[in-house]
Amino acid sequence: MTPRRVVRRIAASALIAVVLAFFAVPMLWLAGAPFDARPGLGLRWPDWTLANVRATLAHPYALTSLANSVLLCLVACAVTTSSAALAAYALSRVRLPGRDALLYLLLLLSSVVTGTAAMVPIFVLMLQLGLIDSRLGTALVLAGGLLPAAIFILKDFVDAVPRSYEESARVFGASAGQVLGHVVLPVARPGIAMVLVWSFVNAWGNFLLPFLLLRDVGRQPAAVLLRTLQDEGGSVNLAVIPVFSLLYSIPVVVLYVLVDKRYGFRFHGGIKS
Amino acid sequence: MRAADRDAAGLGPVRAFGFLAPALVLIGVFLVFPALWTLYIGITDYQLTGPAAVQPQVVGAENFRTALADPLFGNSVRLTALYALCSAVIGQNVLGFALAWLLRPVRPGLRRAVEGLVLLAWVLPGPVVAYLWFAVLSRDGGTLGLLLDRPATAWLVEYPMASLVVFNIWRGTAFSLLLYTSALAAVPPSQVETARLLGANGWQTVRDAVFPHIRGHVLTNTLLISLWTANDFTPFLLTAGGPNHESEVLPVLIYRQALESGQLGYASAISLLLLVGNLLVALVYLRLLRRRA
Repeated sequence: MTPRRVVRRIAASALIAVVLAFFAVPMLWLAGAPFDARPGLGLRWPDWTLANVRATLAHPYALTSLANSVLLCLVACAVTTSSAALAAYALSRVRLPGRDALLYLLLLLSSVVTGTAAMVPIFVLMLQLGLIDSRLGTALVLAGGLLPAAIFILKDFVDAVPRSYEESARVFGASAGQVLGHVVLPVARPGIAMVLVWSFVNAWGNFLLPFLLLRDVGRQPAAVLLRTLQDEGGSVNLAVIPVFSLLYSIPVVVLYVLVDKRYGFRFHGGIKS
Repeated sequence: MRAADRDAAGLGPVRAFGFLAPALVLIGVFLVFPALWTLYIGITDYQLTGPAAVQPQVVGAENFRTALADPLFGNSVRLTALYALCSAVIGQNVLGFALAWLLRPVRPGLRRAVEGLVLLAWVLPGPVVAYLWFAVLSRDGGTLGLLLDRPATAWLVEYPMASLVVFNIWRGTAFSLLLYTSALAAVPPSQVETARLLGANGWQTVRDAVFPHIRGHVLTNTLLISLWTANDFTPFLLTAGGPNHESEVLPVLIYRQALESGQLGYASAISLLLLVGNLLVALVYLRLLRRRA
């Protein structure tokens, strides 16, 4: 190795070490503060205790809000995945008139019309429909925002399912519904899993829509409650916030580990040029 | 008719349309309709409370004129552009690519550890990430103050935009890292090797042997992360636009105008300008992509 290469290797290692520290430092707080007898904002070695966990479980809204998050996410994910799967299948297999224009429009919609840019009309729409404080309504709004991208992801997977499978099934007398249920969906399972996880992570962390549409604290999800706790401040909440953040993070971390084990966290050419 | 378009399942156009209908209804009601409605609300004096809440009047282009003349709007446009440019176009892009490039020859164990941490920052819920950074940057014993021995510095108040940029790089680099890792896997190793044998240094190799292969990925990545960043609402959780509008990016401005000031019509006009901005960026990108092909 030439001296220049040695220097370059050292520089690269140093950069990787800095990046590791940059990403690890904020996260370490989430590991220590929940179990610290005197939780603060800075990073320190905790005096181990479970008192904060008890305080959090006793908080009147902590568990309610997590249940609300679960409800919002389950509805949003189920609606997104099932209607995206049906739509992706139809778009992949049947040449409907105007299909290419529709696909182009969906591509634009998925990136251009965001919840942020449409927050005023969405708020007014739900206000006039009397759906402010409706968890079901909020879940449907979430699903509407996730759908265009979900259709795209799934269409890639359905396109890759060989037509010959369906043709053989038809030769043996399967109906169109049976072909979809017994042939296409099982083969496209990795795609469906990916859309489920992706929509779950998105809906789970979404703050703006429930913040806008759910005003009753008993119906708000964890995303909004965390903000309320932070606003209120005080030493009581400083005991609750770390444990609550940890509880709120666990589902997505578990999902992430599962996906990483099973499929590997990689793009399979789905998002290419 | 290409083979890919063959209706192998015997679905037929009627049933196919039935399959599409639920998705189209949801997208129509909760995405397309609000986007079009922004246009209408934007030309009225609609308000959250008061007489204009019951009977909004059409005021034409008044809101748009007000916005374009409003220094707060100009300020927000500038801050949003700065935020997207520094944290996404430069920050996430460069860090994501650098990591993807530097991690190739690294031991698999270390590589997985770095990738795992970067990805974890991405999958953690936004409000939790915002709180983690609120804690790091806090004046009351925050970690950054302790590390730099400036414990009483309120970073979010003194350097609000810089804080947001660092926060967004931390949160969003994973996407660029994933995308560039998969893009680099498709670059023929022989060309990188040839460049090295010809004596090219790291930067020359990237520029001449790697970049031509991944141009499409760079474009796609830059488009997506800059649109996401420009429409990101999490700055609200960190600084809420303050102090004194110094970090009031467009999404925060829209929220404060709509729900804190109750000016729904005016906020809608600003939303529409943001939508048009998004659309322009997306169209320029599609143009660039087509020119390449």
